[in-house]
Amino acid sequence: MYKVDTVPEVDASFLALPRHELAQAALHRARDLGATYAEFRLERIRSESISLRDSVLESAKDDEDLGLAVRVIHDGTWGFAAGVALTEDEAVRVAEQAVNMAQVSRPINAETIELADEPVYDDVTWISSYEIDPFTVPRAEKIALLTDYSDRLLKADGVAHVSVHVATIHECKYYANSAGTSYTQQRVRIGPNITAHAVAEDRFDSMSTCAPPAGRGWEYMTGTGWNWDEELAQIPGWLAEKLAAPSVEAGEYDLVIDPTNLWLTIHESIGHATELDRALGYEANYAGTSFATTDKLGTLKYGSSVMHVTGDRTVEHGLSTVGYDDEGVAGQQWDLVKDGILVGYQVDRRMAKKNEDLLGTPRSNGCAYADSSGHIPIQRMANVSLQPAPNGPSTEELISRVKNGIYIVGDKSWSIDMQRYNFQFTGQRFYKIVDGKIAGQLRDVAYQATTTDFWGSMEAVGGPQTYLLGGALNCGKAEPPQSGAVTHGCPSALFRSVRILNTTQEAGR
Amino acid sequence: MTIQLTPQDTIERGLALAAAEGADGCVVLVAETSSTNLRWANNTLTTNGAMRGSSVTVIATVGSGEGTAAGVIGRSSVTEDSLHEIVSAAIATARASGPAEDARPLVDGAVGADWDLEPEETTVGVYEKFAPSLGESLKRAELERRRLYGFANHEVVTLYVGSSTGLRLRQALPRGYVSSTGKNADLSHSAWVGTATRDFTDVDALALDAELTRRLGWATRTVSVDAGRQPTILPPAAVADLMTYLYWQLDGRDAFDGQTVFSKSGGGTRIGDTLSQQPVNLHSDPALPGLEAFAFAVARSSGGSSSVFDNGLTLQATDWIRGGKLEHLMTSRHTAELIGVPEATPDIANYVVSVDGGAGSTDDLVAGLDNGLLVTCLWYIRMVDPQTLLLTGLTRDGVYLVENGEVTGAVNNFRFNESPVDLLGRFTAAGATVPSYSREWGDYFSRTATPPLLVPDFNMSSISQAN
Repeated sequence: MYKVDTVPEVDASFLALPRHELAQAALHRARDLGATYAEFRLERIRSESISLRDSVLESAKDDEDLGLAVRVIHDGTWGFAAGVALTEDEAVRVAEQAVNMAQVSRPINAETIELADEPVYDDVTWISSYEIDPFTVPRAEKIALLTDYSDRLLKADGVAHVSVHVATIHECKYYANSAGTSYTQQRVRIGPNITAHAVAEDRFDSMSTCAPPAGRGWEYMTGTGWNWDEELAQIPGWLAEKLAAPSVEAGEYDLVIDPTNLWLTIHESIGHATELDRALGYEANYAGTSFATTDKLGTLKYGSSVMHVTGDRTVEHGLSTVGYDDEGVAGQQWDLVKDGILVGYQVDRRMAKKNEDLLGTPRSNGCAYADSSGHIPIQRMANVSLQPAPNGPSTEELISRVKNGIYIVGDKSWSIDMQRYNFQFTGQRFYKIVDGKIAGQLRDVAYQATTTDFWGSMEAVGGPQTYLLGGALNCGKAEPPQSGAVTHGCPSALFRSVRILNTTQEAGR
Repeated sequence: MTIQLTPQDTIERGLALAAAEGADGCVVLVAETSSTNLRWANNTLTTNGAMRGSSVTVIATVGSGEGTAAGVIGRSSVTEDSLHEIVSAAIATARASGPAEDARPLVDGAVGADWDLEPEETTVGVYEKFAPSLGESLKRAELERRRLYGFANHEVVTLYVGSSTGLRLRQALPRGYVSSTGKNADLSHSAWVGTATRDFTDVDALALDAELTRRLGWATRTVSVDAGRQPTILPPAAVADLMTYLYWQLDGRDAFDGQTVFSKSGGGTRIGDTLSQQPVNLHSDPALPGLEAFAFAVARSSGGSSSVFDNGLTLQATDWIRGGKLEHLMTSRHTAELIGVPEATPDIANYVVSVDGGAGSTDDLVAGLDNGLLVTCLWYIRMVDPQTLLLTGLTRDGVYLVENGEVTGAVNNFRFNESPVDLLGRFTAAGATVPSYSREWGDYFSRTATPPLLVPDFNMSSISQAN
């Protein structure tokens, strides 16, 4: 029987690594070489990926990434280096290399790096909320469960193929800096996807589960936090209906967007747009910048008055939830958009210090993250969430307010421009709304809008009973590219007069 | 005591441990990587790094014939102590996994001539020539009230593959690239250049800045252009943005299962179908000069067109599309049998798109266009509809108006909805194929060569306010 961690503990094999000794060796060497600040990370990331195709195991892979990293400020310039050998000699070598990187970079650095202050946390421990460590569950047991889920779909009429993929991640981190902070942190997350495919004579289509990735353990796959039985039972019928559905007529429609779809729109049009590094241009060559520039803080009408968006790194089961970030800053919660107005950003310690007057606070809100020991910490996304209306309406009540519209469920295709203005999204299911009632599915639907127009058209948000934590395991950013996991909570919401495209017509057919 | 092993020792000991513990077969892959990078924004360096990485993947097989199962375990930082645990875990995983559908005999082979060589490495010294010119260009931009943002990366991956069937292969591949964005003083216009390189000796930061300056100069005049189907010149970078996505859709199993644009209605694949009436070709070859890729199959997990049992399989030059006709899809030995093609054609980490008779450069296409758009590159490309391979995305960092054969101003950005498969049949002019660097995918997949294309009716679906 596998272990049920009602009160999880940090994995003993990670604690057995010489984390304190390695940190001391690296930090001492950096200080001896003249670094005014240094930080050390030892990270072990275990990941497992299981894929089934038509109920047959296609791939099962177990990986572990283990290594150490040192970042220094030397002569006012960052230097970063990373290595994989867990010896004190290697820790010293990596510290020396980080200092060397700072020295080589100094002539092309025009800014003296300074960091916002943060209290010291001395040898503290933080563990995310989960019940069953996925890596304690026998492989055969996992495959058996996923095969059962796959079989349920594959045996249904009209389902030609089924693909199943589950990724699980177990992340252990030890962090120490020259100011005296040190912590040990363990996080677990899981990302499942099950897709049924149908093939007709003239076209094919698919229907995926809407279960979002979550900061949970294997218990998520057995029904804690998601009702698999109910969703799997309905997918064949939904897929058949979608395959036979009429093609949408392009035009403007009122939309009721389910949280299983809206989380991704929040991610792209609010989450990334309120990253201060983007607003300041640091991502201009890659992920892009933001229309929500600093001169608009406190004045930009981001959306309607019912729009309240928070950033946080504290929500239970959030994928971006931490005890402490990768600069030793404790997890926090704050407002990004309040009453429809831009009021905050996501920042790290460097940006917090440099923009203290603008932000009105001398402290970082804890958004530094590196996806492995091999990468430098950068400003990454907190859990950015649209808040529900207290005592707000149900999804059905929102639908009842629509005369001619579409109810959109589940995410699929997504794209947004480099300043987060123009976006286009599709979904898993699109239900036509006629006179306040659902009137069957449509196909070939995409919605396209400009961010502030879209959020400005949000007439109502649902109540807490419609609220769901969505999210992604693999948000990309930075050079070299890093992957981040992030949660977005949101209720159902009602939008007026949004442009709907017919994707078949867009393809010129 | 912690003892680091050489890649060769890791493989030999891993194979021996697997045999001793009852595995019927084993493949061990060791990848040694080193990389160094520089990143800049707002005319100053922002981050940098020098990283060294190592990964070991053990693929153990148990059983025989169709009853063979595989277990795959990957680890970084493997020591003599931990290797035994990894091999044991791989065998246990194989026993827990059941028979693998793609099971085939492991690839036979011999010891490569360079097997005994150490891993190759890069250092920050690779920027010896580039860094000073970058510093000069940053100072120049500051003086001239432009802003520069960019990234330079260089890495070397040395891969070792050994198997219980005698295979011993080693290959070291360097890869580098520079991507640089320039903006004018009020940030109202931007331009971009990017290039791939093997060693940075051929990259001049000042020359890149000069090209950015030329393009920003085109924005002295700005023109609003409505959305709609526009005559559009796609330079090699933008063609690579689109064709890389097409390349990744060449999965034979997905096509056979009726899930891609290369699926035949009612079942099977479209191999043999004419995709374009134009003499267009899509070709891969691991030995292409300047675009060298791993010469053997590398699979750390099995998927539609790859199989862990195929590790070490020699990759042959492959025509995916020849003369507009779909010739091959990506297959493992297993999927090749499944879809009924004579031999496996695994994916190769490079490709070349060419058009028979294509000649001239992007500038030559501009000179031949009366009225239309010149796009710099495309961004945030995602699939909208797999049936047509309809992709959406945006223009970025420079769209220009072409009038009477000359660039006459800068134009607003657009969202597009287009299928690269359709474009292969709709372009009306093509230039010569040259090495290209995809803005969207080049950081991951940089070994491409593509021509510039003129598309008479590129679907600009709406205007993007981004600049």
